[in-house]
Amino acid sequence: MSMSSVGRPTKPMVSASTEEHKALAGGRGLLQDEPLIFELGGWDKTGVDFDAPAHDASDLGDLVRSEKIGLAGLSEPETLRHYVRLSQKNHAIDLALYPLGSCTMKHNPRLNEKVARLAGFADLHPLQPQSTTQGALELMDRLAHWLKTLTGMPAVALTPKAGAHGELCGLLAIKAAHEAAGQSNRRRVLTPTSAHGTNPATAAFVGYSVQEIAQTEDGRVDLADLAAKLGPDVAAIMVTNPNTCGLFERDIIEIARLTHEAGAYFYCDGANFNAIVGRVRPGDLGVDAMHINLHKTFSTPHGGGGPGAGPVVLSSALARFAPAPWIVHGADGLKLVEEAVEAAAEAFGRMSAFHGQMGMFVRAYAYMRSHGCDGLRQVAEDAVLNANYIKAVLSAEMTPAFAHGPCMHEALFDDAWLEGTGVTTLDFAKAMIDEGFHPMTMYFPLVVHGAMLIEPTETESKRELDRFCDALLALAKAAKAGDVERFKNAPHLAPLRRLDETLAARKPKLTWRPEPTGVAPAPLAAE
Amino acid sequence: MRYLPLTPDDRTKMLGVVGAADIDALFSDVPVSARRSELFALPLHTGELDVERELSQLAAMNRPAGAGPFFCGAGAYRHHVPASVDHIIQRSEFLTSYTPYQPEIAQGTLQVLFEFQTQVARLTGLDVANASMYDGSTACAEAVMMSQRVTRREKAILSGGLHPHYAATTQTIAHAEGMEIVRLAAAIDAEAAVIEAIDAGTACVVVQTPNVFGVVTDVTKIAHAAHAAGALLIVVTTEAISFGLLKSPGEMGADIAVAEGQSIGNALNYGGPYVGLFACRENLVRQMPGRLCGETIDAEGRRGFVLTLSTREQHIRREKATSNICTNSGLCALAFTIHLSLLGEVGLRQLAALNHSRARELEGALRGSVEILTPRYFNEIALRAPDASRVVEDLLADNIIAGVPYARLDPHAGMDDVLLVAATETTTSQDIAALAAALKGRLRR
Amino acid sequence: MRFTKDHEWVEVDGDVATVGITAYAAEQLGDVVFVETPNVGKSVKAGDGFAVVESVKAASDVYAPVSGEVIEANGALGEAPDTVNAQPEAAGWFAKVKLADPAEVDALMDRPAYEAYLQTL
Repeated sequence: MSMSSVGRPTKPMVSASTEEHKALAGGRGLLQDEPLIFELGGWDKTGVDFDAPAHDASDLGDLVRSEKIGLAGLSEPETLRHYVRLSQKNHAIDLALYPLGSCTMKHNPRLNEKVARLAGFADLHPLQPQSTTQGALELMDRLAHWLKTLTGMPAVALTPKAGAHGELCGLLAIKAAHEAAGQSNRRRVLTPTSAHGTNPATAAFVGYSVQEIAQTEDGRVDLADLAAKLGPDVAAIMVTNPNTCGLFERDIIEIARLTHEAGAYFYCDGANFNAIVGRVRPGDLGVDAMHINLHKTFSTPHGGGGPGAGPVVLSSALARFAPAPWIVHGADGLKLVEEAVEAAAEAFGRMSAFHGQMGMFVRAYAYMRSHGCDGLRQVAEDAVLNANYIKAVLSAEMTPAFAHGPCMHEALFDDAWLEGTGVTTLDFAKAMIDEGFHPMTMYFPLVVHGAMLIEPTETESKRELDRFCDALLALAKAAKAGDVERFKNAPHLAPLRRLDETLAARKPKLTWRPEPTGVAPAPLAAE
Repeated sequence: MRYLPLTPDDRTKMLGVVGAADIDALFSDVPVSARRSELFALPLHTGELDVERELSQLAAMNRPAGAGPFFCGAGAYRHHVPASVDHIIQRSEFLTSYTPYQPEIAQGTLQVLFEFQTQVARLTGLDVANASMYDGSTACAEAVMMSQRVTRREKAILSGGLHPHYAATTQTIAHAEGMEIVRLAAAIDAEAAVIEAIDAGTACVVVQTPNVFGVVTDVTKIAHAAHAAGALLIVVTTEAISFGLLKSPGEMGADIAVAEGQSIGNALNYGGPYVGLFACRENLVRQMPGRLCGETIDAEGRRGFVLTLSTREQHIRREKATSNICTNSGLCALAFTIHLSLLGEVGLRQLAALNHSRARELEGALRGSVEILTPRYFNEIALRAPDASRVVEDLLADNIIAGVPYARLDPHAGMDDVLLVAATETTTSQDIAALAAALKGRLRR
Repeated sequence: MRFTKDHEWVEVDGDVATVGITAYAAEQLGDVVFVETPNVGKSVKAGDGFAVVESVKAASDVYAPVSGEVIEANGALGEAPDTVNAQPEAAGWFAKVKLADPAEVDALMDRPAYEAYLQTL
């Protein structure tokens, strides 16, 4: 009998060696090491086919570029491989939790991607005759309606392109309002010590001096300190609510009252809106302006850092100063009023070209319509429940910064529990990477030592939360048991180990150059 | 609800662990007067089918650019993006990843940003570029702010050929910062006026090429004049494909180059999201706004990339930051990089040549029946069309979108009879013939 | 050598004071990546912000410990900011100031006083 032994043996041999195996030529299982496109030698290649031009550029004479640009090109298969290989080195919300406080890394629904790509939205030029874009204007108007209803505010400026841009918009509206009232002497802005860096940066940008408001022992704005610091030269306060410690400002109505009494405006940083959407309206709290991060609360994708969108809801006192363009209901349908005329006569100016991040509006609107008022309320409730659950479970080993009372959508821990272990917040966070999780927000807010701010969002299942908590509890126990090695050199299992940020800042190398000096690629493979 | 994984059973169990009687207990810090127990006056949740239906109806009310002859430019351009670009940017690892603050698990994003920065530096002919800004107009405003920090002077001169939206945006920001913005009168060939306006108090001059009227200018003379006065030259480009044919800003003496990158990799999207390009000379890098990605090594000596020079940014410097910016235009920058990698030098030059060729064909078809105001152009020209807004409205009846009336950008410039018309590789000969015939007929009236 | 509560040191030679940050400060900062030294010719008053020292994660203001005119800035720090970590109280100096009022130096802490102060932090 003839026997085929092709493909035998069919079960693995038990390996005696416990050493970490090293491949010979630089790959690592499914992961490939991928050089820069400039190192792939494609100076004369292209992956796009064009017809030959009928006319040349002789009419341009020496306006034509004489120097080489220095761009590399690849065929389509090579390009796809290059970028797919790079993508494998990224963490993503589609893979696992990003417990990043105040970032609201929730699931990005794919329906939103589909509808954003409808030709009627994607292939629309901003300056086409308005009669040909009524559907786009209608969508923006409906989005505006949802934002105003959810926040209880009468007006919204849609054009800011990100949260920080929205803060700028809000402060410029406030500045315009003071100028219109003859109060340009108001040059001071107050913000809590726990504020996100964009708050004082934006205030300074607009020409205000920034003063900090103290925090109470239970993590909230110190009313007495606020009252002492308010005065006739204060233009505005900038407060986040819920705040960056993950706590709802109980005295928010009094904070607003004191501010208004002093003739100042209340700017609210809306980064944490996910905690209260559908349950609380900022308009009911006395807010005058609040930016909403569509890429946080309303799920538009983070895309590795952007694009975002930061529309700003405005109170009736500020509404008329909103930047151009405005969407106005006219006799012939919806109209964009693109400069400071008619209804928009007191607009403070223009924040950018055209009229806002339409691509994000479509996505956010689809998200809102999918959830509805009931779904959005559930979003806030599940977000808050998830954070409190994590806080309760992790408190077995870690020290919450504010143990009394519930947190909102994010839980804040300090590093008291790490004392004596030799492990820092940073080390702990890097070890989380080995467990398959992105680190939480570290060292922010500045008011808590070794801060760890965890925001799970509502799109995490209980199973994922338990997996996450189990990993952190195991790590916490390991730290306390003295397993310092695990942490000091973490991560061990990521595509790269810890990177030398000092070198990057001392000798900045910001573009690729074909020089023999400088950092060479790691000894990879045989060519 | 399909996006919410918690079941009622989960919630009960979790409330038990938390020690709360019900979910309302977790909202106990909300002032009683602000608690809303009823649902808001908005529709209830609904399935994908319903949402798609509504959005399709809204989309169908619009006339997509590609649905007929189309000639709008003026800061946003219709180009063909290869199919693989959109496919790659929708990979989970790119679409749903966060800012690369943990570099060990974000080398995909970081390497792309490094490639992007290199591409932008090379396109603009300058030394360094950042990891993108929101768009060209805000990049322009940021460049003007930067010139104030570098020169410690307060005045910016904006050329009369600068896109009015860019000028208005710069004015808004600069007004806040206390800078003086001198906005020169709109002019088709705006060079001489710029040089005349430079003085010892000038921080920067801002010149666009090709400008909003499509005019291509060699700004070398302006560079000399600016530098002689100790001012910076900022060059603005709204059509990024033009870098594939024209002399680069760096070649002409620019200190800072800003551009709208939308033409490469990104659809029109009714005005956003777009991607701002920002590049400058090496010695200015510490005053640059926005994120920067740099090369370094890891603990095992392998090359890697990290965000660097962060001490300029808001999360560290707070009120002393170079800007308040937090996001860049990540995914749009990725699309830009992929498209440009597919093109390569060869492809970009071909694409640019094709754009210019189409514009020459357009000019040829119009010459004789329409007055052409642009002496030298890349892919956009300005025409004389009395009451241009009216002309554009009238041509809609033939399903032609004829271009952008200058008055739409700036109703006060006294240029109501100027029409901006762009042609790209997506413009066909039939489109051009249709426009020429319609314009000829319409203008004869 | 004299010291301030903000961890600057001063070494006087005639009417010229050399100024830098202390070893304690350098250690607290971590790896120094960049130093923004003051412009030569700048007039400073004691307590004014006068330089900025950057590490990867922080940018710290350095305050002039004495009043006077900046007559020299340490250009070597541009190429080698790590000197501040290696030799903070010697080669890592930031600037030299021509003293407006030499008596100001006497009011600063001497080394034993500074070391005692560090114990209280």
